[in-house]
Amino acid sequence: MSDAVSALPGARFAGLVDLAEAGPCGMITLRGDLSAAAVAKAVKDTTGLALPKPRQVAIGKAASVAWMAPDECLIVLDYAKAAETVAALETAVADAFATVAEVSDARAVFTIRGAQARDVLAKACPVDFADFPVGTIRRTRAAQGAAAVWRSGEEEFTLVCFRSVAGYMWDLLTTLARPGGEVGLYR
Amino acid sequence: MLLLTCPHCGVAAEETEFANGGEAHLKRFGPGSEDAAFEGYMFNRKNPRGVHFERWRHAYGCGKWFIAARCTVTLEVFATYPAQVSEPPKDVIDTIKARRPQWGGWA
Amino acid sequence: MSHRLEKGGRLIDRGTRLDFSFNGKRMQGYAGDTLASALLAGDQMLVGRSFKYHRPRGVVAAGAEEPNALLGLGKGQRYEPNQRATTTELYAGAKTVSQNHWPSLEHDVGVVNNAFGRFLSAGFYYKMFIHPRPFWKHVYEPFIRRTAGLGRAPEAETVDADRYEQVYAFADVLVIGGGIAGIAAARAAAEAGRRVILCEQNAHWGGRAPVDGAVIDGQPAGDWVAAQIAALRALANVTLLPRTMGAGVHDHGYVLAYQRVADHEPGAEKPRHRLWRVRAGRTITATGAIERPLSFAGNDIPGVMLASAMRDYAVNWGVAPGRRVVVVTNNDDAYRTALALHDAGVTVRAVIDARSEAKGALPEAVRARGIRVATGTAIRRVEGGKRVTAVELCPQESDGAEASERIHCDAVAMSGGWSPVVHLWSHCGGKLTWDEGQAAFRPDPDRPPLGHDGQGFVIAAGSANGEMRAGTVLADAHAAGLTAAGAKKSTAPGAEDTAEEPLAPVWMMPVRATYKLRSKMWLDPQNDVKVSDIQLAAREGYESVEHAKRYTTLGMATDQGKLSNINGLAILADALGRPIPQVGTTTFRPPFTPVSMGAIAGEARGGLFQPLRRTPLHDWHAENGADWEPVGHWRRPYCYRQPGESRHDAVLREVSGTRESLGLLDASTLGKLLVKGPDAGRFMDMLYTNMMSTLKPGKCRYGLMCNENGFLFDDGVVARLSEDAFLCHTTTGGAERVHAWMEDWLQCEWWDWKVHVVNLTEQYAQIGVVGPNARKLLEQLGTDIDLSKDAMPFMDWREGRLAEIPARVFRISFSGELSFEVAVPAGHGRALWDRLIDAGAEFGAVPYGTEALHIMRAEKGFIMIGDETDGTVIPQDLGLDWAISKKKDDFLGKRGMERAAMVAPERWKLVGLETVDGSVLPHAALCPLEGKNANGQRKTQGRVTSTYHSPTLGRGIALGLVHRGPERMGEVIEFLGDGGRMIPATIVETCFYDKAGEKQNV
Repeated sequence: MSDAVSALPGARFAGLVDLAEAGPCGMITLRGDLSAAAVAKAVKDTTGLALPKPRQVAIGKAASVAWMAPDECLIVLDYAKAAETVAALETAVADAFATVAEVSDARAVFTIRGAQARDVLAKACPVDFADFPVGTIRRTRAAQGAAAVWRSGEEEFTLVCFRSVAGYMWDLLTTLARPGGEVGLYR
Repeated sequence: MLLLTCPHCGVAAEETEFANGGEAHLKRFGPGSEDAAFEGYMFNRKNPRGVHFERWRHAYGCGKWFIAARCTVTLEVFATYPAQVSEPPKDVIDTIKARRPQWGGWA
Repeated sequence: MSHRLEKGGRLIDRGTRLDFSFNGKRMQGYAGDTLASALLAGDQMLVGRSFKYHRPRGVVAAGAEEPNALLGLGKGQRYEPNQRATTTELYAGAKTVSQNHWPSLEHDVGVVNNAFGRFLSAGFYYKMFIHPRPFWKHVYEPFIRRTAGLGRAPEAETVDADRYEQVYAFADVLVIGGGIAGIAAARAAAEAGRRVILCEQNAHWGGRAPVDGAVIDGQPAGDWVAAQIAALRALANVTLLPRTMGAGVHDHGYVLAYQRVADHEPGAEKPRHRLWRVRAGRTITATGAIERPLSFAGNDIPGVMLASAMRDYAVNWGVAPGRRVVVVTNNDDAYRTALALHDAGVTVRAVIDARSEAKGALPEAVRARGIRVATGTAIRRVEGGKRVTAVELCPQESDGAEASERIHCDAVAMSGGWSPVVHLWSHCGGKLTWDEGQAAFRPDPDRPPLGHDGQGFVIAAGSANGEMRAGTVLADAHAAGLTAAGAKKSTAPGAEDTAEEPLAPVWMMPVRATYKLRSKMWLDPQNDVKVSDIQLAAREGYESVEHAKRYTTLGMATDQGKLSNINGLAILADALGRPIPQVGTTTFRPPFTPVSMGAIAGEARGGLFQPLRRTPLHDWHAENGADWEPVGHWRRPYCYRQPGESRHDAVLREVSGTRESLGLLDASTLGKLLVKGPDAGRFMDMLYTNMMSTLKPGKCRYGLMCNENGFLFDDGVVARLSEDAFLCHTTTGGAERVHAWMEDWLQCEWWDWKVHVVNLTEQYAQIGVVGPNARKLLEQLGTDIDLSKDAMPFMDWREGRLAEIPARVFRISFSGELSFEVAVPAGHGRALWDRLIDAGAEFGAVPYGTEALHIMRAEKGFIMIGDETDGTVIPQDLGLDWAISKKKDDFLGKRGMERAAMVAPERWKLVGLETVDGSVLPHAALCPLEGKNANGQRKTQGRVTSTYHSPTLGRGIALGLVHRGPERMGEVIEFLGDGGRMIPATIVETCFYDKAGEKQNV
């Protein structure tokens, strides 16, 4: 089997920030009662991470778990590990009311790195990035497209959108990160 | 542009992140119902000048439906609460009554 | 003659000269000039013509209130009309042209209107152009279009060369206005630890105080401003935004601010404008005040200017608009202009003061310089054409029939007092109160605009709040900053104020002016509205200020009445015999001054105009001749054109190739929703009209979804994945809508049902492999799925591997052919497609687009949501009764379908249509009947919903909704074609091809 291809393989841009498409990324949607012990245990056993609190992302070495809604989290991990993790999760939550679905191919993932990352994002998202420490996630819109944005490092954000609008999102981010567009909002 | 707080995820966001779903707390009338009841369910809306309960979905966020109690004249938002109720919770009613003593009440 | 003064000009850099042009004339200014100051320095007093009478117009103001000096600026892709010269920074090479004149600024034929001014009074548009009616189109409109209007629009072919953007910002306290009030308020809030944004519409900070010579905390105002800005800039919780105009205050603390990032450096690698979308806890409007003109005859002649503006030009830019100036006033403040001009070496011929006495410190200082002060006196009339030459005086308490004196001068500085800029306070519902002492409306602090919490969220500060002296301004603004910050008291900056005597409200000069004088007193110089027009409107019954405004066009010019409104109100109130506050103001609406269309659009232009959704196979389509069709935000190939091939021919080739051998379709855009949980079956039975809970795993079923009205809104094939899981296919545009619909019912009605919905639309690339050789091709690719007829009959699905890729294969058909839809993870979609294309070559496989898809489904009589449905069609109208369960007690839409109008036999129902001559019926053609309906429209008995040329049948085929259609098989009815031609067509069954379904069942 050929390797899976991400939406915009190898896309890179350097401007006010460094932008990159992250390549194939394993992603699993888990719907269910996040306060149920079986669900928490399933996530812990498969990722080594505790379920994040609302609006938080648990960031680990091999995986991250993002809180998406009161009954939904998104597990991000190595693309090659997604299928077996789905199977393991399904077994682990078989007795609970929970749904596991692989969505690795449904999304595009971008990283936004640099001191001006928040300024660039502020041009697209109606979000206050002032109180937004590492590990914070916000589902929102970036201009006209739905997106989830989390702070994955001190000067790094990760943005996830639907695969079909990857081109739009890339063009948007590269436009907003063009030199000359310094905003000076977040310092 | 309205500023609403989603009671499910706690995010305060601008109107563009939400989708409006019209009047809240409608009672569904299905097969077997009288024409008048069905008509009321489908078409008759209160459209009040003042206190109003309306459905919103956090469309660009957690995807959950909630209800906002707000004033259609001043746009004051009295409260937002999850949609999984068939009538406004008592604490919401009390909040509104405190702000609008003349209000005739829900229903 | 240069009007640049030897000295002075705190904002200009005399070391940096900038060349520019005006109407082709080469001119020169300095860095720091505005276009207006540079034009005045070059003695270009005449800058345009008025809207109606084409009277000569000169610069009146020095700021955003300027009504006259609107210029076309730039060239080619950067040309823009109506740029306000007083607020536009001069840059090297600026090309400016004046507007609203023909053939030239100096010689304008439209000025003939002036001679007929008495016929062009209030409401003249309404009175004049009504009769005779044919004159409108052929005489009036062409004339008005050529002579009226403001600047020329950019050429149609030009594309704006600049880029624009928007930014979302959040603040505890937003301060609008960077004068001393805004600075003091921002400082107070910032010191309290609040997050503060301070914006100022000009490039420089400090507003008027440095011009007026204020001394703050012992420092000259300019020095104090510089120190404060430096201190604010150093604070991490403060954002300073120069060149940023507070455009509008909106609900719940939402404020739009318009930053002119690069107007002063065209061509720079920067966004030209940036629209700030600020959400602020509290907004402080420190927007200052605007000086009012005085109404005297000839007050529109170039050279008549606001007193404060003349002072600004002298102090800020070292420009004297005149050499011999007369100052006319009803207050003490204008004496500052006399002092500033005198001290700059300009001759002040006299100060004409309408008040009976002027004894304050400022008048005394003027007298001490030997300048004559004439009290109780009015300007009777200004003399001059394109420039002031003299003024005639008369007693203010007179009718002005006789002149008492004549003074030669080349400029007049006028002041009628000051009006707080209450626009932003008022945008979102802040109320005003009438200040008798200052004869001005000011914000009523007890009635502010209310926010989401029901509390006031705007605080007016400084002159915008009616405080007109530096000391009181600073105290007021400091307090506003503290209030907005919720902070405790701290020490405000202080200033020594010169005592000023009260003004006398003067709405007309002289007070009982004759009609002749009144008809030359301009209120709105851009729109040519005079005192006499307002009085006429009042006499004709326009008592509401909003009506009088629209009737006379007062305040409807591009300055939106910033200069004219209060004076106009006062004249109207006087004519109606009512107090001014009872007449009230017109509505203040955003934006405060115009905002560029580019800023409103932001980055959303060209490729970013709206999101384009691309399938995983998009690039292949683009590389292989795809002719795109937008479907929602998706782009789907309409057809693939080979070199030299027409669209029509390509479509016919694709249909024939598919029916005869093999076609490949990118079906990735179809919605794919996972519905899973213990109550999934029960939920599916409510969503779909048919019974879904009885579907066996491994099987597919076509289903219909209706809204509660019973109207069909989506359809698609449902596959049962397992006992507790279904995969619902939706229409291309329907995935998000159907997903939201499902969540709505699950969350808001049946919230105790255990069902999850996950939108998997984009997880999969889905490819239709269609045609007699479909099975052979899939088998050649290698698969562990037994695709044989017996192992996998029609409407089954299987999971396995195809070409070593994990896949789900659905044996479903929208074409009537043997057909499989293959779903693989999107990241493998292109690889599978490439394999199918390669291996398919042997069978002559043709990729086909949406048009071929449509034709093939129409040949089979399959409906398409959006073609056969329009939001008023129930499934029974389409002959889909077989897909409506009679066993279920309830499903969404069931009750709606039971209504009398839905079960009536009179409904239009779906039939096939074959033209008698084999031609193709026009799209959406109607089938008319004799007679007219209640709206006077021709009655109809049907319409075409889908119509195509069928290459398979070699003739036109159509589907249509026809009154009692299925009961009328074989009947010939006539459809309306182009030009009233009637086209006979026979009513036939909806399925035109392979009625027994043998081709798909092999």
